[in-house]
Amino acid sequence: MEVALNWYLGLSAILFSIGTLGVLLKRNAIVLLMSVELMLNAVNLTLVALSQSMGDADGQLLVFFTIAVAAAEAAVGLAIVIAIFRRKLTVDITEINLFKF
Amino acid sequence: MSHDLLVRLILLLPLAGAVLLGVLPLFMPALRRREGLIGTIGTSVVVIPFAIATYLFVSYGGDPVTVSYFTWMEAAELSVDFAYRIDELSLIMTLIVTGVGGVIHLYSAGYMHGDPGFWRFFAYLNLFIFAMLNLVLANNLVVLFLGWEGVGLCSYLLIGFWYTDLKNSAAANKAFIVNRIGDFAFLMAMFLIFSELGSLSFDVLLTDAASVLSAETIDYIVLLLFIGATGKSAQIPLFVWLPDAMAGPTPVSALIHAATMVTSGLYLLARMSPIVLETEVVMMIIAVVGALTAIMAATIAITQNDIKKVLAYSTVSQLGYMFMAAGVGAFFVAIFHVLTHAFFKACLFLGSGSVIHSMEHVEHDLEHEGEDVSDFDPQDMRTMGNLQEYMPSTGWTYFIATLAISGIPLLAGFFSKDEILFKAFEYGYDGNTYAMFVWVVGVITAALTAFYMTRSYYLTFMGEERWPLADKIHPHESSWKMTVPLWILAGGSLVTGFLGLPAVIKDGKWNWIHHYLGANYGGPVAEASVSAHVPGSLEWGLIGLSSAIAVGVFFFARSMYLSQGIAFDVSLKERLGGLYELWEHKYRWDDFYDNVVVEALINQISRDGLAPFDSKIVDGAVNGLAGATQESSSLLRRIQTGVVQNYALALVFGVVLVIGLMIFGG
Repeated sequence: MEVALNWYLGLSAILFSIGTLGVLLKRNAIVLLMSVELMLNAVNLTLVALSQSMGDADGQLLVFFTIAVAAAEAAVGLAIVIAIFRRKLTVDITEINLFKF
Repeated sequence: MSHDLLVRLILLLPLAGAVLLGVLPLFMPALRRREGLIGTIGTSVVVIPFAIATYLFVSYGGDPVTVSYFTWMEAAELSVDFAYRIDELSLIMTLIVTGVGGVIHLYSAGYMHGDPGFWRFFAYLNLFIFAMLNLVLANNLVVLFLGWEGVGLCSYLLIGFWYTDLKNSAAANKAFIVNRIGDFAFLMAMFLIFSELGSLSFDVLLTDAASVLSAETIDYIVLLLFIGATGKSAQIPLFVWLPDAMAGPTPVSALIHAATMVTSGLYLLARMSPIVLETEVVMMIIAVVGALTAIMAATIAITQNDIKKVLAYSTVSQLGYMFMAAGVGAFFVAIFHVLTHAFFKACLFLGSGSVIHSMEHVEHDLEHEGEDVSDFDPQDMRTMGNLQEYMPSTGWTYFIATLAISGIPLLAGFFSKDEILFKAFEYGYDGNTYAMFVWVVGVITAALTAFYMTRSYYLTFMGEERWPLADKIHPHESSWKMTVPLWILAGGSLVTGFLGLPAVIKDGKWNWIHHYLGANYGGPVAEASVSAHVPGSLEWGLIGLSSAIAVGVFFFARSMYLSQGIAFDVSLKERLGGLYELWEHKYRWDDFYDNVVVEALINQISRDGLAPFDSKIVDGAVNGLAGATQESSSLLRRIQTGVVQNYALALVFGVVLVIGLMIFGG
């Protein structure tokens, strides 16, 4: 039996909201990065679902790019977090406010 | 050869000299000590143009030749070419500038020997010659103005040549600032001519102006040009810079402040003579200002003890004579006097330079003997005397030039000065009363001139030696580089007068300069026409009168200063009292300018008016704007918390807002 498109979109919206709230509320920088991954994957889910329902492979193709970019972003992001940790011995995002005027 | 190339050479050789001597030693210090090389280059780039000008002079056919190299500026109706004009007037001026200039360059090679700024001096002198040639050869007022400003700049550079002495820099500033006033009037005249006539070229100006322009416009144009001329040519009220300009090296005084640059005002009036003649009012102003300047400067010269100051005031006085001639419509006579004056005044200045040079050696010797020389002034005539015995060449040439300027018959100054006085008399005889006044002042000034020049010669070269240790220390004659130019110029002072024999001889047929320059004979210089001619016997009488005055005053001053020396100055002072004091203080012109113009006018306005305006309103606006920016930014900067999540929140709100607008905004 075929799952209706609306279910996929609903799940994706829920995942995206969880990710957004994680970015806005969590204090641990690593969790922050994981939340960003969650948001990206919510979008990926939308793309795949719509691609399936419209019978067009373009959406699935785009997902591969998103995954590649997400991997690169995670690598850079984690590297920054490690660099900050070495210097400040903390990954609490509220403590890291170098741009405060 | 074509004129195109020759004029180019005349102009570009001095410029090349200036660039070569001014730039190369700047980067190659070893060159600075090569005085022989520098002197040779500097002198030859003036002498070669003299030779070319002589060729042009000899081969001149009688029709003005204009050469135009390129268009300098072009905007709407304004079009200015780099155009030059060869005619009788510019040829004579070019010959004076390059001829006398070349001689003075040779002299400078001797005079400036050993000076660390030798190369700089020759670079400036060559630049001056280039600017002066632009001035006299220009075919429009803009190129003339370029030269006019150029000579002003070189004058400034050379007055302040020994700039480590603050006094010299001050004199240079004074010359430059006073000249600016005149230059401003000149600029206004140019604007007026352009707006009324639409052209600044002499081709249009000299042929059409008199018929196209209204009488009132011409009045203003000529008045403004004359104010310009009073600055450059040191007339009342702008003459105050010239005596101070003697702070420069003596060859500069001879070249710029006696022979060439200061006569450019006269050249301007002679060039514009067809227009100047249209306005009787301004001609009267010119003549009266000239006459007053002449007698004022002559009376000051009597009281001066600095040998160069005497000559400086004498120059102002002689320039006054030239303006008298211009004011009675005898422009060719003014140029004639420019020519003769260039010779005898340059000779006098160079002679004084030779004297100063040897007195500096005396000062040096005195110091060597252990004397206190802090009060010794090598330019003060009171410490000289009997120099004729030690410096025969300098003495004789100075004597010849003294006789020439005094108006002793058959020397250069006699003919030109007498022609000025006669023209003034003739113009007055014709019914112009002011010319009679000018004539009377001119005759008195002639007597004063003979007096102060004779005084200067006898105080310097005759009588007893007045410097300390005179029996042990003796001055020496200068080198040939300095005496040869003196003899050349003295020769000119003897013979150039014969170029303009008075009208009474052969009915004026032998007045070469009149036939050469005069518009009546096809030349460029117009003159006033007179209907009532002075009878020949009366003219002979006038010549006799001025000869008698010159000779009489010469012998009077000679006997007084030979027998009494400087004591005669003291008795003169006692007899004249307050008048002598007024002369000694130069009619208090400098005090007037200091107290009234500089202090009361300029300083008051700037202190009480402009300074508060600047500090309150201008600074207030700038500071207020800065303060307001600072205040508002100190409020705004609080949103920069540095916490990533705050920024992310703003981002999310933004996205929600945009999506909301897309969905609900239609």
